[in-house]
Amino acid sequence: MQGKGKAICLPADIDTDVIIAGRYLRTKDRSVWAEHVFEDLDQALAKNLKGAIIVTGKNFGCGSSREQAAIALKEAGVVAVVAPSFARIFFRNAINIGLPLIEAEVPCANGRLVTFDLNAGWVDTGTGRHKIAPLSLKMLAILKAGGLVAYWKVKK
Amino acid sequence: MGTLSERILGAPAGTYVDHRVDRAFAHDGTGVLTLESYRQMGAKGLFDPSRIHVIFDHIAPANNSVTATLQHELREFATSSFLNFSDIGGGICHQCMSEGVVLPREVVVGADSHSCTLGAFGAFATGVGATDMAAIWLTGETWFRVPETIGIRLTGSLTGTAEAKDLALTIVSRLGMDGATYKALEYIGDGAKTLSMDDRLTVCNLAVETGAKTGMFYADEVTIEYLKTFGITTEPQAPNQAVYEQELEIDLGSIAPVIAVPPRVDAVQPVHELAGLTLDQVFVGTCTNGRYSDLVRFAKIVKGKKVAVRTIVVPASQAVLAEAIRTGVLADIAEAGCVIGTPGCGPCLGAHMGVLGEGEVCLSTANRNFKNRMGVGGEIYLASVATAAASALEGEITEPEAF
Repeated sequence: MQGKGKAICLPADIDTDVIIAGRYLRTKDRSVWAEHVFEDLDQALAKNLKGAIIVTGKNFGCGSSREQAAIALKEAGVVAVVAPSFARIFFRNAINIGLPLIEAEVPCANGRLVTFDLNAGWVDTGTGRHKIAPLSLKMLAILKAGGLVAYWKVKK
Repeated sequence: MGTLSERILGAPAGTYVDHRVDRAFAHDGTGVLTLESYRQMGAKGLFDPSRIHVIFDHIAPANNSVTATLQHELREFATSSFLNFSDIGGGICHQCMSEGVVLPREVVVGADSHSCTLGAFGAFATGVGATDMAAIWLTGETWFRVPETIGIRLTGSLTGTAEAKDLALTIVSRLGMDGATYKALEYIGDGAKTLSMDDRLTVCNLAVETGAKTGMFYADEVTIEYLKTFGITTEPQAPNQAVYEQELEIDLGSIAPVIAVPPRVDAVQPVHELAGLTLDQVFVGTCTNGRYSDLVRFAKIVKGKKVAVRTIVVPASQAVLAEAIRTGVLADIAEAGCVIGTPGCGPCLGAHMGVLGEGEVCLSTANRNFKNRMGVGGEIYLASVATAAASALEGEITEPEAF
């Protein structure tokens, strides 16, 4: 699985309350989450995520189990997220909804082209290829299917 | 012999396993998306409804008609599917599951990040999101990466006004917000045996604030006696001979009342360093500190006095509420001028029953103090029940020793 997008650099320890605030959770309308993603961090960010790859610090997605955090990023057009580490529930949620996560510590420059290849195991944020922590075969299969719902539809 | 995680999941750390889930639960927040994903998977029926729980706690009762409609749909499904359903006021999912449901050695998965709370029973208990839960409804199992484990070796016993919450916050500050990401915590040593089940539930509750997959105590005589009160007979878990990736030693006698300063749970300071900070609200409750023993401790401090700031007390479950009514503890709390809320999560997640206004400061016994969590522009300081009680009486952050 390959992909590319423009870099958006964010700090470490971004929690799921910051990705999508609790006040927007009571709906099934996914466009609401895309519209308000990162609102408490930077109100201008939501509109700039189409085709973006978020390059962030450690522990991205810590806090609550809300799957809406991963969905909000995907709905807003985020191609993938690169971080040295992810909070584990966010990690599972993102894979389960078909949002690629890339575990790597890499430099980031806003707007620069980021490319990656999950099967080959590298990411390039403009300074050369960095090795990434491999995903399990099951996670790759879920991502390839487009998420866990599609994965189980195929399996049944 | 391995760590508790290795023993329960049956494989060494680092291995990916597919494993049966003994107990699966979702709440009104995560349940809505779980049901949606479950239906999209084309499911014809639940794998085993007797192992599945749906518990309404996050916005219970509903705060508006949008929430009510979402809950209505989930309630209809829950009551027609023969699964275990707990409606509004029944209590917080983790508390309900701790009242004679979860047993040692079980694999327990909740669609809520604080599901690690139930590791207090010597179960492998962890949180997932909605779609993972939908797949568990469908198949009765899920995948895990067997975690490496950090051993938290406890010695001595808690003294003075220090509580399990102060210990839990101290552990978070020592490990940091991501100190145990992808890993498990095991609380071991002679000090662990001195902690009650309620204490253990509080300590395990905050495991996720270090990034941990779960936090676990070995089931011992304390666990066995607790489960006996629910008519359950079970065996203790053999003492560990595990080799830990890392060990942290904590003398319980050195634990003092502390506070986590917003917006980080690992930004922990002694209470006296923040004494005098003016409060707009005090909140006592949640899956961290809303149990009967918490209400007793709170009542002891405020009984016969009046709180100086608006104070919301929310019992963690209907059973806790009923017990507090029976023993008069609730009357002491009400007569001190506190507001009593419906058993559930209360204002912890900023949805209802005590949301903060811009610039307001709350001292809370909950587990998260993230930016805007309890309301836009509000600030949350996290502390023990005794610190909350002392501070409620003064209207400002106050060390419990003062009483």
